[in-house]
Amino acid sequence: MEILDYAFMQRALLAALIVGVTAPAIGIYLVQRRQALMGDGIGHVALTGVGLGFLLNTSPVWVATAVAVIGSVVMELIRWYGKTRGDLALAMLFYGGMAGGVMLMNLSDAGSNANLSSYLFGSITTVSPEDMTAICVLAALVLAITVGLRRQLFAVCQDEEFARVTGLPVRLLNLLVAVTAAVTVTVAMRVVGLLLVSALMVIPVAAAQQISRSFAMTFAVALAIGVTVTLTGTATSYYADVPSGATIVLFAIGLFVAFTALAAPLAKKRARAAAATGAGCTLEVPGSRTADDVSVGG
Amino acid sequence: MPSTTEASMEISMDEPTPPRPGEPVISLRAATASLGARPVLRGVDLTVRSGEVVALLGANGSGKSTAVRSVIGQVTLTGGELSLFGTEFRRFRAWARIGYVPQRTTASSGVPATVREVVTAGRLARTKLGILRRADRDAVHRALELVGMADRAKDSVNALSGGQHQRVLIARALAGEPELLIMDEPMAGVDLVSQEVLAGALREQVARGTTVLLVLHELGPLEPLIDRAVVLRDGCVVHDGPPPEAVGQHALPGHDHVHPHADAAAEPLRTGLLS
Repeated sequence: MEILDYAFMQRALLAALIVGVTAPAIGIYLVQRRQALMGDGIGHVALTGVGLGFLLNTSPVWVATAVAVIGSVVMELIRWYGKTRGDLALAMLFYGGMAGGVMLMNLSDAGSNANLSSYLFGSITTVSPEDMTAICVLAALVLAITVGLRRQLFAVCQDEEFARVTGLPVRLLNLLVAVTAAVTVTVAMRVVGLLLVSALMVIPVAAAQQISRSFAMTFAVALAIGVTVTLTGTATSYYADVPSGATIVLFAIGLFVAFTALAAPLAKKRARAAAATGAGCTLEVPGSRTADDVSVGG
Repeated sequence: MPSTTEASMEISMDEPTPPRPGEPVISLRAATASLGARPVLRGVDLTVRSGEVVALLGANGSGKSTAVRSVIGQVTLTGGELSLFGTEFRRFRAWARIGYVPQRTTASSGVPATVREVVTAGRLARTKLGILRRADRDAVHRALELVGMADRAKDSVNALSGGQHQRVLIARALAGEPELLIMDEPMAGVDLVSQEVLAGALREQVARGTTVLLVLHELGPLEPLIDRAVVLRDGCVVHDGPPPEAVGQHALPGHDHVHPHADAAAEPLRTGLLS
């Protein structure tokens, strides 16, 4: 495969693989607590970090990470303390971050419109070896948290009040989700761009839950979908000379549609199977099954 | 960083030493609380002693849910005192001793989850940030069996009926093997079969010495289990003593009779549990 002969494509494919794994891994918790658009907000804030990185002539990835982490912590604090007008505060943060990024980039010497667009929409083939180091380190952190603490994060995102009563450090875990999401945004920034990063956090999860009944299964399938679309999307962008971020997101949406179409017959089959086992159990345990056990619309 | 007193509590959690019977497990004194500007609790005294089964009754808006949620720290008291297991609330960390069953809300979150996954979350009261061991898996399985949902462990919670879902939430609380079970309207919207299963599970817990505080709209099939009833009205305790008669409960001042009845079917079941 000639695509693997170029060092820049090797880096691009490795970065794509890493993003395909990390974005859905944190995205599943955001979807679970119905904050699917949080990644989008963090992306807006991270742009200020990119601009700051250019202005200070340092690595945009690290500065963007720092700014995105601060932004995500502020968002989490607004979620705790903000009562009625929390959404407005978040809107200020998003658009302030976006405007700040554009302004800072304009002020710097290195920043140009082409550069801005490579961060907004991704430019996977320009990933440098230094970027690669940062991406690998940050991705390892994201995976350690999302996999290592999966039971705890599941409990917090499933039922926050119950999690507090079990004595889990709920605030700390919520902060950890926010910070991990921020780190993932900057990991994915070069591959799919800040404006499309949220898509890769949400769409693979949305597709996976069409066919799965459990959280563990959704997690595994979402990661598989993430890797599939980032790798095929990157390869396609190389051969067809199209932007990587847009290709990856369109592939993901395509898979979502396909999974949704698949899910309908699967659900029917499961309903039939459930009805069959239900009949079997009535004979074994008299009285434990009634019409109540047949789910309605499930 | 846990202080030394907390560390010793952790040790006592690993080898549960239940409080002596009759020792106060929940002690709420002159509690006041507000939701927004509206005072909801206006000086509530509530003591639950080890081994007791106490029902908190009252009409909608009487403050019974707020009282229970203040006991578990989800509503901040504006006045009064609260201690759990003899420890002042501010210093209380032994949450594994408490199993909480919230009022049933929308069951499902944004992502599918199986019955076992949801019940396993309750075991985190014991494992905290640690890993799940064999003993933990066994406890989850026992909790599922207790509510008759072991055969549905791999099913999605989205595919359950209201009553089955309530059974899952109770199994989640039992998975941590708590000494004190706090339940907010466990029978609300629950079909008769599930009510019977829940009453059985609760009877088994009580027989093992578990202390229970439950918010109820009416005594219903749990009546034979209940030692004491505390009736709230407008944020004040108006009755604290033996459970009122079934008829008397409905005749209580301010009792708002809104729950649906399965009248004809309900009667034989209730007498069955009483006998």
